Amino acid sequence: MSVGHVRSMIVPPRGPGVWLVSLSAAAMAFLAVFALALSVSSARLAQSWAQALAQTATVRVAAPPEEMAEQSALVLEVLRTTPGIEAARELSAAEQAALLEVWLGPDLPLDTLPLPRLIEVTETVVGPDRQGLRLRLAAEAPGAVYDDHTRWRAPLVDASMRMQMLANLSLVLIAGVVAAIVTLAASAALASNAQVIRVLRLVGAQDRFIARAFVRRMTGRAAVGAVLGTVAGLVAVLSLPSGGTASPVLADLGFDGASWALPLVLPLVMTALAWVATSATAFRVLRGVT
Amino acid sequence: MIVFDNVAHDYGGGPLFSGATLTLEAGSFHFLTGPSGSGKSTFLKLCYGELLPSSGQVGILSQDVRRMSRDDLARARQRIGVVHQDCQFLDHLTVTQNVALPLSVTDKPVSDQNLSDLLAWVGLGTQAQSYPPTLSGGERQRTALARAVITSPEVLLADEPTGNLDWEMSQRLMSLMVELNRMGTAVLIATHDLNLIRYVKSQVSARVLRLSRGRVQAAGADL
Repeated sequence: MSVGHVRSMIVPPRGPGVWLVSLSAAAMAFLAVFALALSVSSARLAQSWAQALAQTATVRVAAPPEEMAEQSALVLEVLRTTPGIEAARELSAAEQAALLEVWLGPDLPLDTLPLPRLIEVTETVVGPDRQGLRLRLAAEAPGAVYDDHTRWRAPLVDASMRMQMLANLSLVLIAGVVAAIVTLAASAALASNAQVIRVLRLVGAQDRFIARAFVRRMTGRAAVGAVLGTVAGLVAVLSLPSGGTASPVLADLGFDGASWALPLVLPLVMTALAWVATSATAFRVLRGVT
Repeated sequence: MIVFDNVAHDYGGGPLFSGATLTLEAGSFHFLTGPSGSGKSTFLKLCYGELLPSSGQVGILSQDVRRMSRDDLARARQRIGVVHQDCQFLDHLTVTQNVALPLSVTDKPVSDQNLSDLLAWVGLGTQAQSYPPTLSGGERQRTALARAVITSPEVLLADEPTGNLDWEMSQRLMSLMVELNRMGTAVLIATHDLNLIRYVKSQVSARVLRLSRGRVQAAGADL
């Protein structure tokens, strides 16, 4: 029998708070994986929306049917000669039909509807002088409207950044709840083990020896729970259905590349939280025991 | 080792005893007698700092108990063996593990052979792997005594250590305490058992203190 062997057994393995700590840590780790996934996904979405739409624009040409071809050609010529425009092309009838199919169905005879023509524009990194371009278009093709997507791109980016902020806030709240639960469980464990503390005091145990025994027990329980919860959370994230093109948000919820390493930090953070919470509680309680 | 200077103690309902002055020197052997409720257990608790005196000074291993930090007190208790009347253990640990506890606390090596020898000596060789709740009153007292002496303490304080033991086992444990005393341990035993006191006095020079009517008096001549 070694000293360490006895030391590791000082706190009874059973008692109030045993399941509470493990279960809470597991549940909180599970939720934290989702919050982390949401945070990572939101950041990625914000970035992709900002990048994907930042250098694109659309020119909508509305004109009587007999002038449509001429107006479109004029717009394309203006765009071709405008600095800051990398490419411009008119969407085909099939592409326009595909865009409207989502809303109007596949069987609608679009060729009988007076639809505007759409010209897809790719800007250079610097981009054109948009105000000047709009004035030129107004002069040469009065029915053309240059839309650089700013109107709806900004709210999308803003929404995803808010989602990320909420996800991060959730992580902070989860950490707070873990600390609170471990503190309560540690208080209960210390109170229910008053005899253990009395005996240890009698044989000359210092506060840090007693605190360490309780911290070791509680931290171990929290670590086991956090690992199990994290694994379960990762499995759940992996099993999320792929939304494909129909649901780009769902398809993106999760981790990719190096971000898969982030959830692995959760058990460490929760164990550290449990360590700090139990240590603080143990020393506070022991100060009140002679 | 332990010094009481004009010590008084009360629990709020008047002094239990007062004017207690005593010096427990290294290698001394003292008995503390007195009627039930006279304050013998309180006196012992003052000796290892579980209680603070209401007035007067208690010195434990050359330190004033009032000036000792929590760590100082813990370190002092590592040098004092205590056997309580109501022996308390870690019920989830075996007898052997409970006896080894003071060594774990002080990070001293545990020798399985020494543990076995000690447990055999106090008659607990067959109970080494038992758990405290399954022990009889006498077995608990012997376990507590083994735990108190495992570190070869400088002071041994015992409160009715043979209360639940037969005469043969009582003599055996007293012999162990006498042996420790001869090795320099100061011993203070609170007991009612005059036969036990006579038995020890036949082997070593022991002083008897009587706690009565709130005063501590030398009572050796009465025996």
